[in-house]
Amino acid sequence: MTHIEKTIAALKEKFGGNIVDVTEFRGETTIVVDKVAILEVVRFLKEAPDLRYTFLANLTAFDDWPEEPRFNVVYQLREMTLPANIRLKCRVAGDDPQIASVVEVFRNANWHEREVYDMFGVTFTGHPDHRRILMPADWQGHPLRKDYPLGYEEVEFTFNFKEIEKKKPYAKE
Amino acid sequence: MGLEQKLGDMGIVTTTLETAVNWGRTNAMWPMLFGLACCAMEMVSTVAGPQNDLSRFGMELMRASPRQSDLMIVAGRVTRKMAPVLRRLYDQMPDPKWVIAMGDCASCGGIFNNYAIVQGVDEVVPVDVYVAGCPPRPEALMHGIITLHEKVYKMKLKDWA
Repeated sequence: MTHIEKTIAALKEKFGGNIVDVTEFRGETTIVVDKVAILEVVRFLKEAPDLRYTFLANLTAFDDWPEEPRFNVVYQLREMTLPANIRLKCRVAGDDPQIASVVEVFRNANWHEREVYDMFGVTFTGHPDHRRILMPADWQGHPLRKDYPLGYEEVEFTFNFKEIEKKKPYAKE
Repeated sequence: MGLEQKLGDMGIVTTTLETAVNWGRTNAMWPMLFGLACCAMEMVSTVAGPQNDLSRFGMELMRASPRQSDLMIVAGRVTRKMAPVLRRLYDQMPDPKWVIAMGDCASCGGIFNNYAIVQGVDEVVPVDVYVAGCPPRPEALMHGIITLHEKVYKMKLKDWA
C-alpha cells in the first residue's frame, strides 16, 4: 500500500479517537485531528521510523466565521525521500483560541506560529517567543479574521471629499 | 541665513539675495535614497536612464545619508511599521528640505486601502509635491521635480529655514 495509506492506518491505530476525519481530494490527503492530540500526532509522524515526515512545509490557519469552531490550523508535512505530502487540520474554537505549539518537534514552526498569532489571535502554548511578527508590536486586533474591517479608510469621492478632508490627520513639520 | 531675516526687508538687496539663494537651492538638490517599492524602479530610470536624466538638474547624486540630502522622494508604499522610520529619517534631514510623494501609494494609499499601508504619506511627513501614477512615468516624475523647483523659486526670505 502507499505511504499515505500506511500513515493513515498507523495514525488510526495509535490515536484512534483523536483522528476525526480523513478526506482525499485530487491526490491530496487531509486528516482532521483533535486539538488535544496535535503535538503527539506531529511528533509521531516525524519520529516513527517507517513514516519519517521530517519536513514541516507549512503552518497556517484560516477563519471559518461564523461557523464554530472557528479557526482551522493547518499543518502540511512532507516526507522527503518518496516524496509524500500530508495535511493535518485542527479546529480551534473562537472564544478561547489556544493550541499546543509544535516548536519542539519542528523548529521552523517558530515564525509560522508567530504569524498565525499575529493574524488570527491563536495562542500557542509552549512557544518560546510569543509575539507579533508582521504588525507593529502595539497593534490592537488580528487582521486576517473574518470580522476585521476590510478597508482602512472610506474611499474618497467628490461627494464625501470635504468630510474626509476634515478628519484626515496631516503631519506637522 | 539669520542675519537677513533679522534685518528685514532691505528692498532690492533682499530680492536679489532671494533669487540667488533659490537658484542655488534648485540647481543642486540632492535626493535621498528612499525607494521602497515599484515606484523606485521608475525613480531609478528617471535618475540614471539615458533619456530622462536627472544629472541635468544636478540631482544624480542620491545620497544614502539623510544628513547630506535636501529632497526626499518617497517612492512606494509605506507600511505602518515603516512609518516611524520614515519620520525619523525626515527629522534627520537638515533644513531646507522638501518631500515629493511619488506615486499613488505615497500620495493616498493607492489601491491598498487596508490595515497595513499608511493611507498617504502626508499622515507622516509634510509633502510639497504629489506625483500621481502607478507608477508615474519618468516624465511625470520630472514634471513633479520641475514643479518643486518652481515652488522653491517663489520662496520668500522670511519663509526660509
